[in-house]
Amino acid sequence: MENYLVAMAVFAGLYGLMALGLNVIWGMAGMINLGLVGFMAVGAYTSALLTVRHATWPIPLGILAAVLVTATAGALVARITARMRGDYLAIVTLGFSEVVRLVAANEIRFTNGTDGISAIPGPWRGEVAPATFNLIFLGLTALAVLVVYLVCQRIRHSPYGRVLRAIRDDDQVTAVAGKPVLRFKTEAFAVGAAITGFAGALYGHYNAYIAPEGFVPLITIYVVLALTAGGTGTNAGAVVGAVLVVAFMEGTRFVVAAIPGLAAVQIAAVREFLIAALLILLLRVRPQGLFPERHIRHPVPDPR
Amino acid sequence: MLSDLIGELPQLLVNGLVAGTILALPAIGFTAIYAVLRFPNFAIASHATMGAYAGYVANVWLGLPVIPSLLAAFVVPALSGMACDEVVLKPLRRTGPLTAAIAAVALTIALENVIRFVFGNDLRGYDLPVWRDWRFDLGFAVLRVGPQQVENAAISVAVMAMVFLFLAFTRTGKMMRAVADNPMLAGIKGINADTVARLGSFMGMGLVGVGGMLLGLDTSIDPLTGFRAVLSVFAAAVVGGLGSIPGAVVGAAVVGVGEELSLLVLDASYRTAVGFLAIVVVLLVRPRGILGERAF
Repeated sequence: MENYLVAMAVFAGLYGLMALGLNVIWGMAGMINLGLVGFMAVGAYTSALLTVRHATWPIPLGILAAVLVTATAGALVARITARMRGDYLAIVTLGFSEVVRLVAANEIRFTNGTDGISAIPGPWRGEVAPATFNLIFLGLTALAVLVVYLVCQRIRHSPYGRVLRAIRDDDQVTAVAGKPVLRFKTEAFAVGAAITGFAGALYGHYNAYIAPEGFVPLITIYVVLALTAGGTGTNAGAVVGAVLVVAFMEGTRFVVAAIPGLAAVQIAAVREFLIAALLILLLRVRPQGLFPERHIRHPVPDPR
Repeated sequence: MLSDLIGELPQLLVNGLVAGTILALPAIGFTAIYAVLRFPNFAIASHATMGAYAGYVANVWLGLPVIPSLLAAFVVPALSGMACDEVVLKPLRRTGPLTAAIAAVALTIALENVIRFVFGNDLRGYDLPVWRDWRFDLGFAVLRVGPQQVENAAISVAVMAMVFLFLAFTRTGKMMRAVADNPMLAGIKGINADTVARLGSFMGMGLVGVGGMLLGLDTSIDPLTGFRAVLSVFAAAVVGGLGSIPGAVVGAAVVGVGEELSLLVLDASYRTAVGFLAIVVVLLVRPRGILGERAF
C-alpha cells in the first residue's frame, strides 16, 4: 500500500509537470494543444532510446536530449500553425500525437514497435530496494516539479509573461504594440512542449517500460482536466489540479470496482467516462478552476 | 520495376477513389458543423463509431438489410449529435471555440466508453452476403473490384447527391448556407441561428454516422473505428478548405487517392499519417484549402 501511494504521488508529480507545461502554452499564451501526449511520447522515447536501446548515455544526458528534441518539435508545430486560427492548431496538434504513436508503433527497428522498450534505467534502480527506489524517484520528481514551478512563476511574473498574457487576450493589439507575436508564440509553445517532454522522459525512467499504447489521447484529457480543475493560468493551480486528478482517478478505481457484476472492460469504460464527464462538468460549472487567475497589479509608485 | 508500378497503379487509383468517396461523408459532416457553428467538433470520432454500431444492431440483431440499417446509422448519431451539442457544447461555445473543442474531445471519449460499456472491445462484423470480386483484365494490369466496394461508393454518392439537392433547393438548406456565409446578416433577415445550429449538428453527425458504418462494412467494427478514421476526415476537410462542403468532397478524393498511392513508397500502417502530412502541406502552401472557406 505504501508503495502504491508513493507511485501515485510520482504520477501526480508527472501530471503536475505536464499541467505546468500546458499552462505556459494554453494558460499564458492562449494556444490550444490537444497533442500533449505526443510531446510526452517524444520525450519518453528520446531519453529511452539514448539510454538503453541505441546508446548507453547517462540518464541526465538522455533527459536533456529529450527536453531539446521536444522543444524543437514544439517550435516546429507552432511555426507551421502560428499564422492560423486556433482551430487549425487543435487539429494539427491532435494529428501530431497520433502520428507520433504511429511512428513509435511501426518503426520497429528504431523503437521496437508495439512491444515497447523495456529495461529503461532509473537512478540507482537495482542498487537499492524497490521501495527505496520509489522514494528516491519521488524526491527527484518533487524537486523537478519545484524547479519547473519556480521557472514558470518567474515567466509568469516577468515582462515576458505579461506579453504572453497580452497575446492570449488579444494578439492583434499586442502586435500593434510592437511585440513580435509570432516569436513569442513559438517560444511559449516550445517551452511548454519541452516541459511536457521532460515529464515524459521521467515517466520512462520511472516506469522502466514504455510502449506506444501508453500514449493515448486520454492522457491529454487528464492534463487538461488537471489544469482546468486547478485554475487555467495559475501555476499553483496546475500542480494542485494534477494531485486532485490523480486522486480522483485512483478513487474511481476502488469505487467502480466495488460495483458488482461488471466485467473488466466495463470497469475501465466507466472510469474513462467519469474522467471525461468530470472535465465537461468543470468547464461548465467552474471554468476558472479552484484557484482562479487573479490579475497581478503592480503598485504604482507614489508620484508625490 | 516500372512495369510493376504501372501494373499496380489502376488498382490503387480505384481503391483510393472508393475510399475517398466514403471518406467524403464524414468530411462533409465535420465541415458542415464547422461552417455553421465555427468550431472543430472532435466528437465526430465517437459519432462515426456510434453510426457503425447503430447499423450493426439493425443489421445483425434485428436482421435488417444494409440500406435500412444505414438509416439507423444516420438517425442515432444525428439525434445524439444534436442532443450533445444542445446540452454539452452550446453553453461552452460562449466561452470560446477552443473551450468547445476541448470539451468535444472529452465528449468523444465519454461516448466511446458508453459504446465500449455496452458492446465490449471485441471486433464485430456485419451480416453481409458474400460476393466474389469482379476481375477486369486491362492488358497491362488486372483490376479486382469487390461488389461491396461498389455498393458502398454508390450509397455514398447517392447520400452526397441528396445533401447537395437539400442545400441547393430547399428553404432550410438555403437557411443553413446563409448562416454559414454570414451569421449576422442571416440573423437580420430573421433566420433563427439556434434552429440552424441544431439542424447542422443533426445533419452533420448523421452523415458522420453513415460514413462510420460504410467504413465498417468493408472490414469490422470496434469502439475505436471512428477514432482511427478521424485523422483522414480532418485531412479531407482541411485540404478542401475547412467549412466548404464541395471542398470536403474534393479533399476526401485527394486524401483517399493519396493514402492509397502512398502504399507505393510507404508501409501500409502509415496510411493515416499521409492525412496528417496532407494537412501540414496544405496549411503551409494554401492555408485556406483547395476550394477556400466558402460554404457552398
